[in-house]
Amino acid sequence: MMMNNSLRSQCKALPGTIIKGKWYKNEYKVIKELGFGANGIVYLAEFGGQEVALKVSDNSMSISSEMNILKSFTKVQGSALGPSLLSVDDWVNQGVTLPFYVMEYIKGETYLDFLRYKGTSWSVVLILQLLKNLSLLHQSGWIFGDLKPENLIISSPSCQIRCVDVGGTTIKGRSIKEFTEFFDRGYWGLGSRKAEPSYDLFAVAMIFLNSYYPNRFTKKTDGYSQLSQAIKGKKELKVYEQVLEKALLGKYSTAMEMRNELLAAANQNADRISRQQPSPSRNMRQTQSRSRRKQKKGGLLESLLLVVLISFIYLLYIYTKLL
Amino acid sequence: MNPGTLRQILLITDGCSNHGEDPSAMAAFAREQGITVNVIGVMEQDVIDQKGMQEIESIAQTGGGVSQIVYSSQLSQTVQMVTRKAMTQTIQGVVNKELQQILGRSQTIDDLPPEKRGEVVEVVEELGETAGLEVLVLVDTSASMTHKLPTVKEALLDLSLSLNARMGENKFSVFVFPGKKSDVEKLLDWTPNLEALTKVFSKLSPGGMTPTGPALREALSYFKKKRSLRSLLSNDDEQFFEESV
Repeated sequence: MMMNNSLRSQCKALPGTIIKGKWYKNEYKVIKELGFGANGIVYLAEFGGQEVALKVSDNSMSISSEMNILKSFTKVQGSALGPSLLSVDDWVNQGVTLPFYVMEYIKGETYLDFLRYKGTSWSVVLILQLLKNLSLLHQSGWIFGDLKPENLIISSPSCQIRCVDVGGTTIKGRSIKEFTEFFDRGYWGLGSRKAEPSYDLFAVAMIFLNSYYPNRFTKKTDGYSQLSQAIKGKKELKVYEQVLEKALLGKYSTAMEMRNELLAAANQNADRISRQQPSPSRNMRQTQSRSRRKQKKGGLLESLLLVVLISFIYLLYIYTKLL
Repeated sequence: MNPGTLRQILLITDGCSNHGEDPSAMAAFAREQGITVNVIGVMEQDVIDQKGMQEIESIAQTGGGVSQIVYSSQLSQTVQMVTRKAMTQTIQGVVNKELQQILGRSQTIDDLPPEKRGEVVEVVEELGETAGLEVLVLVDTSASMTHKLPTVKEALLDLSLSLNARMGENKFSVFVFPGKKSDVEKLLDWTPNLEALTKVFSKLSPGGMTPTGPALREALSYFKKKRSLRSLLSNDDEQFFEESV
């Protein structure tokens, strides 16, 4: 959805602009624009020598709603859920009051950019991390909703996946308020828009697909068979076919369940790859087999000794009988 | 506090009305009766008709609703967004009125400090999720809309999918204009989901004038008819209700 032009011009702040809060009087110096969405612009700003992210909007409803969500995240332990909330305030710009909030700046690449630089072999690792985060989010009663690669940042240097933009985050059991068609199971005709864990898990499967189909695609007639063809169409995805199909059909009720099966499939796949390509680990494998051969030899010696011993006792027995 | 049932008219059109009374006046008339009018203008990829856009904006403004101009490819997302936005707007209006009674006349949600605002927003969201909703969809089927109708159908099915995930109750009805014999024709009576739309939509034969004003007036009277009948009949006697209209 395009943002309307008046909002764009009202919230516009050039680098160097000082955004001063009406209530708490803190001053934030704009460094650059990080991005904009349907309901606001996010800036990188400097406050007290620290880099922070600052979201300005003309819609106090959506800003307050996001603030509520971020606030409740800070109560959850070990919050990798979203950026942590630092402050909420209003900015009076040329007579117009614009609500904004300040959050932690998460430095890194978005999901698809990261894969482009580092290679798609990272995808399964990142999806495993994402599922762990989602599990925590779901346990605290939230559904992320608008889950898509653009809302996932891989923080550097630890390469941990983080969810940003909580605009679509919804209390479990309510209806999803924001979504993106490609990642929405309703669009593909594969379920409702009720906020439940399986809604997010569908999106996770679609993010996995998106890793190998960076240009996405639109729905033709039968959503399900189209997606299942897409999975079969890439060998990297076919390995995880079972897990992906189950996620698409809403058969996982928790993120951990999906994570466990994905992990098992990933391990199997890793085993298969190392069996197929013995070259990189040949040295290790040789020493392994050598020691196994040694073991085998030792076994042979042992049984030979046993046979000799028994035959000796037998001979002794016959000898005593003969006497 | 309970906003009760939210009533909306969703007008989907592609341009100027050319027959009957001023649609903006009808929209204002609807607003006086607590019915919000939202308008979605469906445009061709490169044709943006200035006059049509003005009319669309004006209808939504006087109708207390939301308007949005879109290309037909974005219709699905827009329809649900506009409906939701208008719901929130209506509820916010109710909440603002309450706040003014408590805090004095000039206070609105936006004048509260951010933390307090957060608490109010929580209430608004909760109401938006649980309130009943009645949407009367009014589709322009004049000649120029012909090839956009399949997209409109998809968008409406998508709308019912989105809203039916809410906890509150939903009722939809669908009207088209111009109708075969009159300015407006009923396509689908009040129903909780729009599945039945698939069949009736394919039978439509678009063409004719664009009587937006008269269509709005008729749609309004349908809201009223429904309410007065409701008071006579029991709520769950839907079958009888339908026959008697």
